[in-house]
Amino acid sequence: MLYREAGQFRTSYAEDQQIFPIRQDRIAITAFLLVAFIAVPLVANEYWLKAILIPFLIFSLAALGLNILTGYAGQLSLGTAGFMAVGAFAAYNFELRLEWMPILLSWILGGLAAALVGILFGLPSLRIKGFYLAVATLAAQFFIVWALTKFPWFSNYSSSGVITAGKIEILGYVFDSPIEKYLLVLTIVVLMALAAKNMVRSETGRAWMAVRDMDVAAEVVGIRMMHTKLLAFAVSSFYCGVAGALYAYAYIGTVEPEGFNLDLSFRILFMIIIGGVGSILGSFLGAAFIILFPIFLNAYADPFAHALGIDLPPGMTSNLELMIFGALIIFFLAVEPHGLARLWQIAKEKLRLWPFPH
Amino acid sequence: MTAQRQTGEPVLVVKDVSLSFGGVRALSNVSFDVREHEIRAIIGPNGAGKSSMLNVINGVYHPQVGTVTYRGVSRHRVNPHDAAAQGIARTFQNIALFKGMTVLDNIMTGRNLKTRTSFVEQAIWIGRARREELEQRRKVEEVIDFLEIQHVRKTPVGRLPYGLQKRVELARALAAEPSLLLLDEPMAGMNIEEKQDMCRFILDVNEQFGTTIVLIEHDMGVVMDLSDRVVVLDYGKMLADGTPDEVRANQAVIDAYLGVKH
Repeated sequence: MLYREAGQFRTSYAEDQQIFPIRQDRIAITAFLLVAFIAVPLVANEYWLKAILIPFLIFSLAALGLNILTGYAGQLSLGTAGFMAVGAFAAYNFELRLEWMPILLSWILGGLAAALVGILFGLPSLRIKGFYLAVATLAAQFFIVWALTKFPWFSNYSSSGVITAGKIEILGYVFDSPIEKYLLVLTIVVLMALAAKNMVRSETGRAWMAVRDMDVAAEVVGIRMMHTKLLAFAVSSFYCGVAGALYAYAYIGTVEPEGFNLDLSFRILFMIIIGGVGSILGSFLGAAFIILFPIFLNAYADPFAHALGIDLPPGMTSNLELMIFGALIIFFLAVEPHGLARLWQIAKEKLRLWPFPH
Repeated sequence: MTAQRQTGEPVLVVKDVSLSFGGVRALSNVSFDVREHEIRAIIGPNGAGKSSMLNVINGVYHPQVGTVTYRGVSRHRVNPHDAAAQGIARTFQNIALFKGMTVLDNIMTGRNLKTRTSFVEQAIWIGRARREELEQRRKVEEVIDFLEIQHVRKTPVGRLPYGLQKRVELARALAAEPSLLLLDEPMAGMNIEEKQDMCRFILDVNEQFGTTIVLIEHDMGVVMDLSDRVVVLDYGKMLADGTPDEVRANQAVIDAYLGVKH
């Protein structure tokens, strides 16, 4: 009953082209943002902010980046963590070598550096598709980690290759506590998600989707293949690069190239598969799921097993996690390739018509 | 009845075009022209090279020999983007819509060459980018009204029936405001009512927007009614070129279609 659009008439194209054309959605997203910006900092404890919410936001951003490339432009990539590493190490080096550099600018430059690397490794996409392209991006993943380890200049000749991110200071204000870092990351992620939504609902996004759905027809309507594909790689890598810089500065603090390994790339790929390929919301849902699920499992698997009268051997929960993830990914690929976001959309469509079936 | 149209100077000239794939000669020495504001049909039995001819015109295939001249610009090798930029739009024999997108988005892609704003402006979505998007939408809505597909504009194209998908594809081509429209079997697989609708749309496009049209079609009734002049291809060679009446009376054409007594 609550989710009805009856009586809401859109009388101009501007109203029809809003991100949230239905009033209930606008109220919901406003409430959600208010909770995220005001209520969460008031009630969340340090553990929640540091170990759950900040990484959730950062991984959402990386998943968003991958979703732009894979979900919207249809170019499969396994190099996400590599592009994050470029963002992290580039931001670190800009900050280290140019004293005057404001931190926000160094993050943006980190993103741009990742975008350049993304364009470079996106070049094969002009000739190859699908699995073969995935292998080419896999090369990017290994090459980047190798280069960052091999050339000590990138980590400022630290003996173990580990870099320690400096403090976050913007206009003389130091973002030190978890709450401050959380709010800063949240602001950046919200703004970048909005920008991504704007891109995918305008010409840029339509060109990406056209290339994804049928490249010959896309060329015939005048879409430039090279420009469109490389732009997708650049924008996607920019998002991943900024996520990498935030990962280093706002989350972990000290990072090494090996931290950005293939496992991380796969984790982000799983986020978009479970969350929803080709959906902005899906990137967030997927990141939330992948971050929250292991925590949930750790907390409740043992008590639950006890209730059933089974004793889980120690270390079983981490194995359970892998098994359940594997099963879920197969489930989503087979049953609902558009992930949680699609399930959410179906729920909304059903609600609009409820209680009538049609 | 043959349409009485005021046709102008030749705008598209195809000269001595030969195209082969390995040992297969798809087209050999095909030459014809298309006049401004004309409806020009290309007919021929299956495998005659009709679709290949359209693919040559809009740059999907590159002929080994010969030139295609459109509005004074002669080219030996052209890519589809340049052809689109020159105002050539087309539809495909097997529907080539973007399956994952809505009808509205599909038609909006037709206007991509009219977009002036960069992706950065579009990401920020204020001022110019927003105005441009609304302007594109307004233009697209005109096409939607014209082709009477208002009721499905928010539907993903994959869910539409075949006849409507064909119409959406025409809409996408029209959204580009083309000066030359290539239609590859626009009526294939349609029932009689859908065919009548499609004929009406083609004639209306030609009349209202002054668009020059090249169409491939197997339904001879449609071809004879709609077109000003007809090119007949068989095994990649030109059999005949002329008005529908001339072509109908041509012995070579009759032989190709009905067979010859040996």
